[in-house]
Amino acid sequence: MPESRPRSGQTLAERAAFVREQARWIRKRALRMVFDARQGHPGGDLSATDALAALYFDAMRYDPADPRWVARDRFILSKGHATGALYSTLALAGFFPQEELTTYMQPLSRLNGHPNRNKIPGVETNTGPLGHGMPVAVGIAIAAQIDKADYRTFIITGDGELQEGSNWEAAMTAGHRKLSSLTLIVDRNRLQQGAGTEDTVGLDPLDDKFRAFGWDVVEVDGHDIEALLPLLDGSTPHERPLCIIANTVKGKGISFMENKASWHHGVPNAEQYEQAMKELDA
Amino acid sequence: MSSPATQTSGLFDCRDAYVKTLEALGAADERIVAVVNDSVGSSKLGGFRDKFPERLINVGIAEQNMVGVGAGLANGGKVAFVSGASCFLTGRSLEQVKADVAYSQANVKLCGISSGVAYGELGPTHHSIEDVAWLRTMGDITVLVPADPWETEQCVRAAAEMDGPVFIRISRMGVPALPRPADAAFTIGKAEILREGGDGAILANGTMVCRALEAAEALAAEGISARVVNMCSMSPIDEEAILAAAQTGAIVTVEEHSVRGGLGSAVAEIVSQNTPCRMKILGFAGFQPTGSAEFLMEYSGLTAANIAASLCGLLGR
Repeated sequence: MPESRPRSGQTLAERAAFVREQARWIRKRALRMVFDARQGHPGGDLSATDALAALYFDAMRYDPADPRWVARDRFILSKGHATGALYSTLALAGFFPQEELTTYMQPLSRLNGHPNRNKIPGVETNTGPLGHGMPVAVGIAIAAQIDKADYRTFIITGDGELQEGSNWEAAMTAGHRKLSSLTLIVDRNRLQQGAGTEDTVGLDPLDDKFRAFGWDVVEVDGHDIEALLPLLDGSTPHERPLCIIANTVKGKGISFMENKASWHHGVPNAEQYEQAMKELDA
Repeated sequence: MSSPATQTSGLFDCRDAYVKTLEALGAADERIVAVVNDSVGSSKLGGFRDKFPERLINVGIAEQNMVGVGAGLANGGKVAFVSGASCFLTGRSLEQVKADVAYSQANVKLCGISSGVAYGELGPTHHSIEDVAWLRTMGDITVLVPADPWETEQCVRAAAEMDGPVFIRISRMGVPALPRPADAAFTIGKAEILREGGDGAILANGTMVCRALEAAEALAAEGISARVVNMCSMSPIDEEAILAAAQTGAIVTVEEHSVRGGLGSAVAEIVSQNTPCRMKILGFAGFQPTGSAEFLMEYSGLTAANIAASLCGLLGR
């Protein structure tokens, strides 16, 4: 089985440098997709990119030539609107040709605004409506528990998305069953579509909430790759499901987008696009 | 399960056929798992739990989670039978059924227990007379409404054998074992002609099939020859059998379901665009008043007598 991660024999700093370069490519590609399609969700693409890069280019075990390999680690993007980042990541990881990214949201393209597992290799379940990823991930982890299989299941949810009750039904089940193969990354950019999460329906203290539901909780800077890697690569053992509260910046990497709710589904004009690309290259 | 030929008299609770079949399947195939919402008792899955404790996943009173967990188990290679009261399984988790199961084409078998008005006096919150309408419009999920224990077993076996989403609507109301030849076969997408007839046709499914047969019997005594067609497979549906029924010139449909969106609607969609014929759709007009299941069926004319009278009406007799 090909190891998709080049980390063996490398220092943490070397691994992080590699992941960082992938993340830079993903950010630029995602932004170009949004620019070309004249639609998309750049703010959330950019906040989730570092976690995605850490998963696909360091932590996870998978084979792009055999996307439904039974022993693969599973990843579910519960915030299914961040397809700019997801599709760029999957293409870079080799699941489908990078040239196809130019068809993003074009008529009849398989690269829909939200991912479809039956059309795109590497997608585990169809997301889009919020609050769907967690129950499915919990089901996968239960299957692994029954089979005593060693594959792991990762989810990224948005933070605003945690206002959906179905997440908490699933969190309760995961805690009850001590699903230690499950790792949730909360993309905690503190902004939802229209406003701040805490100004809408507050989530804090989020760590206490997950702890009360039977999870181990770690809070990190979600853009600090060197902090993320040891939490994701299996070297941090946990007997309960693990919730990583990744403190992130919506629109990360592009000065005029950072921390602005309006870039949830904003589309840059030509001048903004040029500036953004320069900043991402810097 | 006994062969169809040996089922003779008495009434059966189709849940028994469901769980007996599931236990047999579970013994032969360890991929089979059951997922419930604190509904071990109402789904009669105590036996399955005792035999395969690790494979009975009770997520508690959490239907959205239950359906998503089923999809996840399927992703992990399991054949997940997700069982709960049909009203909650379909209504509470409709978006999970749509996105996680049907649209994702997950190998999940949704078993809607105590469908229709089985919960009688508990009222419209607990009735499930919209489920077939909701699910059949999705197209990408097989929808089955078995009429008796034998057909329930066939549905469960067929669901386990196919790779893809299925909804099986299982009643708790007593139904007789339908008369069938010993070599009767069940095929998803095929209707079953239970009685030949050329003056008109009665298309029914689930608990209404036995009443349709009774109606045809009564009509025969009056010299009217009514065909009875069992429409267990609602999606895919047997267009050929429906168009052949339309050739008789008159169709009565009868279902323990809303008159909007169920069997009657499905038949009308096909007949109206191909071979228009006179039709009467029998079912529930909307939310039901207080009463036992039997009372509610009488109240809405879901009786052999009214089925027969409806066909007579279409025939002008």
